This record gives sequence, structure tokens and C-alpha cells, in this order.
Amino acid sequence: MSKRIETDRTMHSTSPASTRRAGRRHPLAAASLLVVGLLATGGAYALATTSATAETTTASAQLVEEGGKLFAANCATCHGLQAAGTAAGPSLIGVGALAVDFQVGTGRMPAAASGPQAEVKPVQFTQEQIDAMGAWVAELAPGPAVPPERYVSGDGDAALGAQLFRINCAMCHNVAGAGGALTQGKYAPSLAGVDPVHVYGAMATGPQNMPVFNDLNLTPEEKNDIITYLKYLEQNPSVGGFDLGALGPVSEGLFIWIFGLGGLVAVTIWLTAKSN
Amino acid sequence: MSTATEPVTPVAVAPSRGMRLTGWAANYIDERTSASTAVKALGRKIFPDHWSFMLGEVALYSFVVILLSGTFLTFFFDPSMTEVEYEGSYVPLQGIPMSVAYQSSLDISFEVRGGLLMRQVHHWAALLFLAAIGLHMMRVFFTGAFRKPRELNWVIGFLLFVLAMALGFTGYSLPDDLLSGNGLRIIDGMIKAVPLAGAWISYLLFGNEFPGTDIIPRLYVLHILLLPAILVALIGAHMVLLIVNKHTQFAGPGNTNDNVVGAPVMPVFAAKAGGFFFLVFGVIVLIASLFTINPIWNYGPYDPSPVSAGTQPDWYIGFADGALRLIPPGLEIVVFGYTVSFNVLIPLVGLLVFLAAAALYPFLEAWVTGDKREHHIAERPRNNPTRTAIGAAGVTFYSGLWAAASSDLIATHFRLSIEGVIGALQFVTVAGPFIAYFITKRVCLALMRRDREIALHGYESGRIVRLPGGEYIEVHEQLDDYERWKLVSFEEYQPIMIRPDSRGRITARQRMRARLSRWFFEDRISPVTQRELESQRH
Repeated sequence: MSKRIETDRTMHSTSPASTRRAGRRHPLAAASLLVVGLLATGGAYALATTSATAETTTASAQLVEEGGKLFAANCATCHGLQAAGTAAGPSLIGVGALAVDFQVGTGRMPAAASGPQAEVKPVQFTQEQIDAMGAWVAELAPGPAVPPERYVSGDGDAALGAQLFRINCAMCHNVAGAGGALTQGKYAPSLAGVDPVHVYGAMATGPQNMPVFNDLNLTPEEKNDIITYLKYLEQNPSVGGFDLGALGPVSEGLFIWIFGLGGLVAVTIWLTAKSN
Repeated sequence: MSTATEPVTPVAVAPSRGMRLTGWAANYIDERTSASTAVKALGRKIFPDHWSFMLGEVALYSFVVILLSGTFLTFFFDPSMTEVEYEGSYVPLQGIPMSVAYQSSLDISFEVRGGLLMRQVHHWAALLFLAAIGLHMMRVFFTGAFRKPRELNWVIGFLLFVLAMALGFTGYSLPDDLLSGNGLRIIDGMIKAVPLAGAWISYLLFGNEFPGTDIIPRLYVLHILLLPAILVALIGAHMVLLIVNKHTQFAGPGNTNDNVVGAPVMPVFAAKAGGFFFLVFGVIVLIASLFTINPIWNYGPYDPSPVSAGTQPDWYIGFADGALRLIPPGLEIVVFGYTVSFNVLIPLVGLLVFLAAAALYPFLEAWVTGDKREHHIAERPRNNPTRTAIGAAGVTFYSGLWAAASSDLIATHFRLSIEGVIGALQFVTVAGPFIAYFITKRVCLALMRRDREIALHGYESGRIVRLPGGEYIEVHEQLDDYERWKLVSFEEYQPIMIRPDSRGRITARQRMRARLSRWFFEDRISPVTQRELESQRH
């Protein structure tokens, strides 16, 4: 309401301004306006940044405190009040904020039930809450942090990423990232549609049955190459048509028996049917 | 021809130019080749009208499609193992070193116009070829169409099946991608498990330590030259025997052991078959244009270290892969410093025995029954319960092995543990055949009993009638003679008696034969006789 009044006011003020044309048309008007504008922007920026740094420190302290509360309410039952682990859940000391981001950000944690492995579920927390818990866990001991944007942007070398993927990931996740079976009911999930930060997080923290690919094993740039390859697969569907789940010869064999041969048997029945 | 009384006089119409040309050409060829005899014989060959008789045709036509598309592929495929750097249009492989074989396969997929479609047509047609052969074999087995005089054609058909598997496997290996290399590695492992000679055979085949650079060019020669040549020759023999032996047919009014009722090749069947060829071709091209098969670009060049999850052979080799997955671990012994891998040898020998049993079954059954007559009437599966049950046991055994090849996908897609899946499939493969045998035999006998009941008393019409005395009866409708014929005309076998030979002895072989014969024919339902039928009609 007040905004509208303001615009009305400016509308009113412009019409008398049009009468004072000489002031606006003054040769120095443009230059002075520029100086005023620059000063105002620079001053405002300086002001904003100083206050922002101040806020970060208070915010991170607040964040950690907030995260601690969330942890105590949602995670401590299994992981213990000081995240030192219990019989029901492992210690989280030193897992880092990235592990929290992966586990909680994909909905795997809090786990719904104990089973072969925690399943992907609808995410239970907002990103701010997840970051808060991550900050609290990171405060316990140093661990992998959430990577900067440039390592998860997916603008690396797809060919190198594909090669690294085949060598390091395909034996469990399948060459096309379609997933695969592990022992005792565990499995490597499909990688289609997984957020790049979570792909990075999985490699860096080794959740559940996955091994850790630390920065000496796969550098952050190489992790980004792998993300680039997965992004390429997602954005470029198979050129050969529907990919039947990209599962390899099993789905092809099922398809030819059921639809190929099944369809042709229907044709043979049609061809030999007696006309009534 | 205005009235019927008018005598029909052949009017000498001057043949048109086209007719004269055709007549002259036909005469020219016939005088030099005597082709008319063959055309007459072939043109009068009769094909019975039943859908199950067209499964072999599906196989034949998909083989034609394989030949056509395969020829196209040879124009662009190069089996060389020279290492090059990929510079084609598939981004995730650019700059990756690979063999020319893999590069040319990628070029067929991405650079050659229509190449990917042809590759997919070739591969889908190959899968269909083997599936159609499998179903065709089952049809022949379960209807007893392999009996005298067709035992040799069964063996030829079996050889075609094995050759088709060999062709499929050599073709699967040619692109030199990760999947094909993994397949070859398994074959290499199986060869090396052969005691004493294994390593030698492996070196002979691969020309060096696995994988070497010789195997792909060698498999290429086998795939496009030797195996197809043998396959075409055997298909020729299969066709000739099919004409010589004539078709089998199901029992029916007018269908006897001495005739074939159906449509002649010229003109009815030829037109139908020609149309059917294009339908098969069309279905294959439709599938190939809509569905990806073997996306070799996903797999990358062959490198012995990585193995992808979900690495399986094409479906027709699946039973061998499954056997390796089902064999329990730890069956290795060390003899004089040499490891003997029974965990590979047992599946290997088991599969060979299974295949040999399938190939030789007609001779076994002929010996057990002692039946030397010719059979041209296809049996309904239920009318030979023991054979049908043996077939069901074989199918169950094969299916158990086959399913085991996809044990990992069964585990992930049905949320099961892979150990549970393997355990269940071990049970299916070992105990399943016996269960399937027992159930199938009982079901067949029950169906025969039901047929007998229906032939004698008719079927229940669902119409309930109240008699004047207050009694309720259900009216049974009688079958017409045509339908009844199908139910009552089958042969009844009896177990053979043990008879002493010319020297008055009963040999162990005789005893064995009698025992097998009793096993085959002890439980049986006799067909309804004429007298029984007449006594029912009061």
C-alpha cells in the first residue's frame, strides 16, 4: 500500500520536474550523476560487506548451535549425543559436513529402519537445517567440506570422466550408471538424476558400502570430470532409441522374447487363422 | 460360356507378346536345366495351416535379415587391432586410445548414414533368430515331430542352433568394447580350466597371452566366412529334408499318416510366406529403429581391468553364464602343483552333457519305444505324458541356468539379496526339473482323462433340467464328429516285454530297455475305442 503511494508520489514529482528542464539538460548533469551513483554504490557495498562478515561469525556460531539442537533431536538416538556412535549407528566424528550433506540431503538419513542399507527417501530437512547439522558435525573434528561450485559444475573433460568412471565406478554402478547388485541385499544405486554435489559427496566420503575416493585417489578436478560424464549421459539420451533401462543384454533378451517373438507369434496366428 | 449346354471348344487365342516371351524363356531354361521337375515337386509341396509350423520360418527370415544387414556392416567394419585415438563425434570418447575395430564400430554407429540402424537391425535380428530357433525346437520336441523319419533333420536343426550360438558369440566379440572383451575373458577362463591342454588351447586361440591382438581378426573370419557358410549349407540340408520328409500335421478329420492337408507352395503358400517375410523384416526394423541394442559407446574400449556391473552375454549364452554363477565356490583342488578348477569344469561338462542329450533324444526315444514306423501326425503334447514331462524338466533346467545369468538384476529389481536369488536358482536348477517332470506328467494324464471323458460323455452345457420326478440333471452336449476325432485319434504305446534273444538269453541291455520302456509307458490313458463310443450312444 505504502509502495503504491510512493510511486504515485514519484509520478507527481516527475511532472513538475519536466518544467525544470534546464537543470537536467545541464552539460555536467550526466557526469555528476555518474559520480553520485558510483559513490553511493561503493559506499553501500563497503557497508554491506563489513556487516556481512560480522554476521557470518555470529551466524556460524548460531548455525552450529542450531545444528547441535537438530542433531540432538533427530540423530542422537543412534549416533549418540556427542556423535560418538552407539551400537545402532557409527561415530560421526571426522566425517565432515559433506557426509551430512550427502546422507541427509539425499534423504538417506535419518534412516527409516535398519536394513542392508539406508534407502533414498524424500528429504526431511531444509538445506539450511542440513547445513546447520553439517556445521555442527564439522565442528567436532575436521572432515571433508562441501566442495566449491567449480568442482561440481560439470564443465570438465567428459572423455576423461568416462574413462575414470569405467575404471573406478562401473563395476558397481554399471557403465551407464544404471546401478548394480552388491552382497547381502545391498546395492549400488542408479546415478541418474543425482545432484552433482551428492555425487561429489559420495566419492569424497564413501557412504555406506562405497569406498572413499579421496583427493589423492581422484583429484577434485577428476571428480568434476566424472560429474561431467554423468551429466552428459543424463542430457544425451541414447541415440539408438529407448535404452530399456541401460541394463545390457538381459533387458534386450527379455524384450526380444516377449515383444519380438511374441509379436511374431501373434502374426503367425493371424496368418493361419481360418476366415469365418 | 453363355449357356451350360454349349460345348466348350478351346478357342485358339493368339498368345500375347508377353506370354510368348515367358513361354520361350521358361522353355529355354527347362531344356537346359530340367528345372520343371523341381518346380513341379516344390510347387506341390503342401504346408499345413497351423501357426506353430511357422516358427521355423521366423528363424529363416530373420537369418535373411541378418545376412543382408551383416553384408552392409562388413563394408564399414575393420577388424584391425591397430591402436588409434578416437576423433569421432561421440564426445565422451574423444581422445581415448582404442583399436581400429572399436573405432570402426563407433563410426558405423555415429558417422555412417544408416549405420546405427543397420547395426541394431543386425543385432536384434540375431536375438530373434535364436529365439525363433528355440521356440521352433520346442514345438518339434513337444509334438514328437522328431520321430522317424525326421531324426536326422532334428540333429541338423540342433547343429544349426549351436552354430547360431557360435555366430552370435563371435559377433558379440567383434566390436572390441568392454562388454565383448569381458565375454572373451570368460571364454578364456573356461578354456584354461580344461586340464593339461587348457593353457595350450588358450594360447593357440588368442595367439598369445589374453587378450593379444590376434583374436578379433580371427573371430571376424569365423563370423563372416566359415560359420555362415556352414550355416547356409546346413539350412539347405534342413530344407531339402523338410521337402523329402514332408510336413507333419496335427490329427484331424481327413489328416492321416499318409497325406498332408494344407496349402500348396504355388501359389497360396508362396504368397503367404513372401508376405510373412516382409512382416518379420518389418517387425525387426521397427524394433531396431525404436530400441537401442548394445550401446557400445557406453562401454568404452576393451581394457582387461574394468568389469561393469550388469555384464551379461546375449540371452542365448546366458545359460552358460548362469551355470558359472550357480556352481558353489571352493571346488578347486591342487594336484601335483596344478590347480584343477571343478567350479568351471562341472558347468562346462554339465552343459555339454545337456546339449548332447538334447541332440540325441530322438534316438533314445526310438530305442526305448522300439517303434520303427514312420510318423507324420504330430502328437498333442498331453498324449505323450512322459516325453512332455522330460521336455518340461529340460526347459526348467535351462530356465534355471538362464535366470541365473541375470541374478544380479533380479536381486536389484525385486529388492532381494543376491545370495538368496542364487540359492533359490540353485534349487530351481537342481530340484526344479524333477518337480516339473512330476507335475507335467500328472497334468498331461489328467488332461487325457478329461479328453476321454468329453469324447465319451460330451461336455457340461451348464443347462440344468428338472425331471418330472423332481430329479435335477445337467445336460451334456455331445461333440460333433470332427471335434471328437481330434480327441480320440492318438497312438497308444505299451511297455515292451523282455524277450530272450536268439540264444535264449536276457541281456542287461534288454533289461535296461524294458525298464526305460516301463518308465515311459506305465502310466497311460487308452484312447476311446469305437466300441466304447457306440456303447455310449444309447
